[in-house]
Amino acid sequence: MRYPDLLASVGHTPLVGLPRLSPTADVRLWAKLEDRNPTGSVKDRAALAMIERAEADGTLAPGATILEPTSGNTGISLAMVARQRGYHVICVMPENTSFERTQLLRMWGAEIVYSPAQGGSNEAVRVAKDLASRNPDWVMLYQYGNPANPQTHYDTTGPEILADLPEITHFVAGLGTTGTLMGVGRFLREHKPEVQIVAAEPRYGELVYGLRNLDEGFVPELYDESVLTSRYSVGPHDALMRTRQLLHEEGIFAGISTGAILHAALGLADRAAGSGQVADICFIVCDGGWKYLSTGAYEGSLEEAEQAISGQLWA
Amino acid sequence: MAIEVQIPTILRTYTGGEKTVTADGGTLADLVADLDAKFPGLKDRVVDDAGLRRFVNVYLNDEDVRFLDGLATPLSDGDSVTILPAVAGG
Repeated sequence: MRYPDLLASVGHTPLVGLPRLSPTADVRLWAKLEDRNPTGSVKDRAALAMIERAEADGTLAPGATILEPTSGNTGISLAMVARQRGYHVICVMPENTSFERTQLLRMWGAEIVYSPAQGGSNEAVRVAKDLASRNPDWVMLYQYGNPANPQTHYDTTGPEILADLPEITHFVAGLGTTGTLMGVGRFLREHKPEVQIVAAEPRYGELVYGLRNLDEGFVPELYDESVLTSRYSVGPHDALMRTRQLLHEEGIFAGISTGAILHAALGLADRAAGSGQVADICFIVCDGGWKYLSTGAYEGSLEEAEQAISGQLWA
Repeated sequence: MAIEVQIPTILRTYTGGEKTVTADGGTLADLVADLDAKFPGLKDRVVDDAGLRRFVNVYLNDEDVRFLDGLATPLSDGDSVTILPAVAGG
């Protein structure tokens, strides 16, 4: 495929079958390889869409500074786009993220403000909102509430999946900003009303849930529960086990959040196979495993790996 | 009937620091009532008049109960219930 520049190549990712992990000939798993985007994650789609919308409505002027709370991938994607479009990026990122995320952000020219590990991304959001209020000329695109995030999945990811897999019965993705699930979910429901839209939510170590009170909890403004059929919480043991299974059985080297998504997808596959249904289950490979190598996720026993990522924001 | 309940750090002041407690109930609402009898005050932190509080997620065997029957979700012996505050991803 030929594109005029790198940004034009965002999206158009392959959908690959998983013949070894699919339980029967009638229940098939399909992986949407979002790690094939320019910075290696699904977030390139939302970052590009949010910047283009802000350019179109005049929010972003040449030379502007973009501020964003992010656990890493969205920041990396924003930095990649910003570098080409001439913006400066400041990311507020929790300190308990992998070393590679810091390296990649700096590589693409972003500045990093670390937020405390305790409280995870909630703290990053709080710190970013505080910085935004004190620096009114900075532009916070705010992935958790920016309609361009789900819209790009409605406009691109959803149609790509339906074109490649018209027989789709289930769509499974990670729940973070909720942009992928909201956008793809709405698109698929309009065309396949019976499709199941399933969220896999990472369950981190206790540190991340260490809020001072429950009112500090956070639900993204984009989240609309009615789009989803069900929502599963997946802990680090299951996520790591599936990440390794995907690598060993199908050769796909994915990040840890993809393992959590695969765990939910395999649960649906087993249920469909057990009740004799025909199912085509598509799930998102959010990113590759490269930026998690230093966490120890791929080495030693599962227990050692689980220990190694405890306290980390691994999704 | 014994159901294992995982208590988040933020609510362990009610359970004397216990991370995992056992309670009974035919439904999630019954379970929350039993928890409140054992650990007074816990219920108000988990539910309000409208049902589950906005920033509280409850999972039955890892599935979000909002997509089951909410507080009316039936429970069985050996089930595992996890209570967690809602946090940001992304």
